[in-house]
Amino acid sequence: MSPDVWQVTWFTAWVAVASTLCILPFGVALAWLLARRNWPGKSLVETLVALPLVMPPVATGLLLLKLFGRRGPLGHWLEESLGIEIVFTWKAVVIATAVMSFPLLVRTARVAFENVSPRVEHVARTLGAGPWRVFWTITLPLARSGVIAGALLAFARALGEFGATVMVAGFIPGKTETLSLSIYHLVQLGRDDEALGLLAVSVALAFGAVWFSERMLRRTTA
Amino acid sequence: MNLEISQLRLPLASFVLEFNATLHAPVTGLFGPSGAGKTSLLETIAGLRRPTDGLISLDGVLLTDGAARIFRRPETRGIGYVPQDGALFTHLTVRENLTYSQRTQAHVAPPGLTYAHVVEVLNIGALDRRRIGSLSGGEKQRVAFGRALLAAPQLLLLDEPLASLDTELKDQILPYLLKIRDEFKIPMLLVSHSADEIVALCDEVFVLETGRCVRRGPASALFTVSPQPHHVLAKMSDPRPVSPTSD
Repeated sequence: MSPDVWQVTWFTAWVAVASTLCILPFGVALAWLLARRNWPGKSLVETLVALPLVMPPVATGLLLLKLFGRRGPLGHWLEESLGIEIVFTWKAVVIATAVMSFPLLVRTARVAFENVSPRVEHVARTLGAGPWRVFWTITLPLARSGVIAGALLAFARALGEFGATVMVAGFIPGKTETLSLSIYHLVQLGRDDEALGLLAVSVALAFGAVWFSERMLRRTTA
Repeated sequence: MNLEISQLRLPLASFVLEFNATLHAPVTGLFGPSGAGKTSLLETIAGLRRPTDGLISLDGVLLTDGAARIFRRPETRGIGYVPQDGALFTHLTVRENLTYSQRTQAHVAPPGLTYAHVVEVLNIGALDRRRIGSLSGGEKQRVAFGRALLAAPQLLLLDEPLASLDTELKDQILPYLLKIRDEFKIPMLLVSHSADEIVALCDEVFVLETGRCVRRGPASALFTVSPQPHHVLAKMSDPRPVSPTSD
């Protein structure tokens, strides 16, 4: 592989790992809340979480652009008070991929939590464990395979993100250049051979992530 | 043991569970058809359900008081609970299951309730490195009993502990329950819709139907043991006979 391909591959994998790690604690907490608790506004949150799955990715990207742009409510605040610029930087790529992959993590982890029998948690309570201890020592270990599978699916989704990323981060070689953006760019320039090389790398990475995820899901349902 | 349950009210899907009694016997049975509210009553005593009204106290310690909005959390009640399927922690070994309460409580085992003694009485010493998935039904049930005992509860709640076992296994496990009763002398409240188990284990019985206690008394007064094994009949002289195996 050429140095450019290495760099794009490395950046894409790094962004996918970073976005997955960013959403993991929030995704797991939300999945548990959806699986185990009833609260006002629950169905609204369920719908909001699922939106990126069904909305056109460029529409999600536009929403993020309006939110994190210099004149957007979050972007303006971040730049004014913390000096952090988001759009058209690597941070925008991480945010776009995180938002797009969040529903996959939450849905998979939620099913994993729902598969843990509440009776097992009840027994742990009668054995002296408080709710936090029950979560860390019983619920999470029993749902572990499903949570890992959800994280791997989110990682795979992040690897292939295009629409939202191009809206909020643009295509800046060496700065926001992911595998999918690169493939699109190379095809536009008629450099199909190079695009096919990146395609092979994309397929290999996605195949590995989905394969591990399926293995984990099988372990959950075994 | 003195378990006082006063004016307890717990709304369930199709009726309201109402219970009002003081339980003194070393082993008390809750008998009745499925869906009568037996398991819900156990879960309320364990603190796993919050009643809308009523009072529960164990040996003078207030656990729940609806009027005073007192509700002691299950982890501080000192009440052991063994559900029908044992609910073992499948990601842990047998030993890790058995010692779970020792990692969660500032635990000092009372004399006679040591790990060594409990595994010896229940004959599960050889299993301690095994994974839960590799155990037979009877072994799982004994491990569930051992795990609850090692938390040194003041009261042990058993929810149909033999219901998931076939007749042969029931005959193997029943002596262990008798051993637990006689060896550790921990008061037990046993839910069952099998009159066999009630007669074999319990001193006093409460019969529940659609959330209400319709009869109570000594097991020997409510049931007649027939000469055939596994056949215990409700006493026909009783004004409201209860079908022992109604489900």
